[in-house]
Amino acid sequence: MSEPVLSLHNVQVQFGGGRVHAVDTVSLDVHAGEVLALVGESGCGKTTLIRSIIGLEPLAAGTITVDGEKVTGNARGLRALRRKVQMIFQDPSGALNPRHSIYESVAEGLRIHKVKGHEPQLVGDALAEAGLRPPERFFRRFPHEVSGGQRQRVLIAGAMALRPRLLLADEPVASLDASIRGEILALMRSYVDRDGVSIVAVTHDLGLAWNIADRVAVMYLGRIVEIGPAEEVLRAPQHPYTQALLSVVPEIEGMEQQILTGETPDPSRVPSGCRFHPRCPLVANGEAERRGIIDKCRGVDLELEPEVGEHRVACHAVHVTRT
Amino acid sequence: MSLLEVRDLHVTYRSERGEVPAVRGVSLSLDAGETLGLAGESGCGKSTIAGAVLRLLPKETKITGQVLLDGEDVYEMKPGRLRAVRWTGAAIVFQGALHSLNPVQRIGKQITEAVLLHTKVSPRAARARAQDLLVRVGIPADRIDRYPHQMSGGQRQRVLIAIALACDPHVLIADEPTTALDVMVQAQVLALLEELQREKHLALLFITHDLSVLTHTCKRLAVMYAGRIVEEGPSELVFTDPQHPYSRALAAAFPTIGDQSSRMNPQGLAGDPPDPASLPSGCPFHLRCAVATPECSSLDVELRPAGEGRAAACVHVGASHV
Repeated sequence: MSEPVLSLHNVQVQFGGGRVHAVDTVSLDVHAGEVLALVGESGCGKTTLIRSIIGLEPLAAGTITVDGEKVTGNARGLRALRRKVQMIFQDPSGALNPRHSIYESVAEGLRIHKVKGHEPQLVGDALAEAGLRPPERFFRRFPHEVSGGQRQRVLIAGAMALRPRLLLADEPVASLDASIRGEILALMRSYVDRDGVSIVAVTHDLGLAWNIADRVAVMYLGRIVEIGPAEEVLRAPQHPYTQALLSVVPEIEGMEQQILTGETPDPSRVPSGCRFHPRCPLVANGEAERRGIIDKCRGVDLELEPEVGEHRVACHAVHVTRT
Repeated sequence: MSLLEVRDLHVTYRSERGEVPAVRGVSLSLDAGETLGLAGESGCGKSTIAGAVLRLLPKETKITGQVLLDGEDVYEMKPGRLRAVRWTGAAIVFQGALHSLNPVQRIGKQITEAVLLHTKVSPRAARARAQDLLVRVGIPADRIDRYPHQMSGGQRQRVLIAIALACDPHVLIADEPTTALDVMVQAQVLALLEELQREKHLALLFITHDLSVLTHTCKRLAVMYAGRIVEEGPSELVFTDPQHPYSRALAAAFPTIGDQSSRMNPQGLAGDPPDPASLPSGCPFHLRCAVATPECSSLDVELRPAGEGRAAACVHVGASHV
């Protein structure tokens, strides 16, 4: 397989002087033309993880490489990085400067990165590709003069105008009305299929993953607990946490609901052993005990297995069955 | 007679831009133990209906039609009677627990406030009642003296449910009660609402943009667009076999995982939900409609029968059913 566009190796991000392990030893690769959905509940570290990729969070340990080049914190490195990696945010109204016209919003990135070419042409092309046609009609408008869906298209146009290798999207459609989400997702996917850009999309919405992702990674308390091809992870989840998440999605028929009790866990108090064990249905219903793995669940921290392979899981119960 | 009956409700806001018709002729009825889901996107008028039921809208708002609570017209009530009916006849669980709770007041105080206002009990008895309510919604009774910021989003939403239940209402209106919550916490809150609805035989009007949540929670479903109900029927059928092109598009926005037709194929609608201040002529959906015909731009269609217990407001409905 070709060199990955993005490669994370044992990445750790900590807050509060090392008290909070927001991202705790994450490794993953993303290849060209691939969409990876990073799913999990709030506080699981998914947003922190993608912020670290674009250099917004210093790493406590580990390395991130984009296109073979290591991500560092220095200003020159970051500027070069951000030409290759762009990010769009959940709330397009907050991400656009309300006093900049749509033309200015898209042109700003082109100027910062000194992109060669006729600027109005570049801006117009970017807007048209993002579905804002004819683009000239939008040049002089301001963010408040267009709809929420159009604002998100402006953000996407601004990001894609730089022809990045990788687009990071933090809940790209969560703030949009349901009927327009599909169009924005289709637009994102079109850049992947046409230009071979890669996308890492952070979301809590498993339907979004089913709609556009090639692979899915499930995060829990700073770790990836399951990763694999979208069809496998979403249709045959192995980790009890992924199974529970899928069981509460109302769109899935015939799956018995497993509502986990308790709140979304706190990354400043990561449990010992498998970090999911205090909420794990297998532990609660005695299944872990019957299988003789309960001591491991409570005492042995674990990583994704198998070490190589497409569909990997961090769960003692799954590892026992496999060996 | 229904517990809650809304007859031909029209609500028009007055704003700087002139009159904004938010609700344009909505009728619905709800009996004890029944659950009705009201679905739609921003600006479709669904939350306005919640406010209109309890006369909570700004007083310059123009409202016509009738809202009957247990047969009594809410808009004919004297102020004293209205106060009595609010929270006892019908109560609302608002969206955004963070903003609906008073940040500088302990949650116990906020629950007892409703109890003390509506029932003649001692403060001590009211406090005991608040503790019972907290336990009932799954919060330990000793949290009664906490402030909202000391609780998680899910707990705050539970507190709002406790407040709504404080005076044993017959009708419960839930306006986007789970929208800001994580999926797992959302599932917990939905399970709680369903349980309370069954246990207390509540008439539940559940308002949200999330069609999939409604299908799960409610027996009947009404889909709103541009201030009107455009489709109504049993939830399961409206979701799996929608008759109105808009409900069809809305249902497609919530893909079924495992359904190959939606895999790598996100479905959406072109255009945006209409601005209530400038609605298109004819069928308000025709500009975004995939099956619109020339007549749709001039013909505004009312709800018409679309199968057993179902209705839809579309010229194409019925025609294909004969």
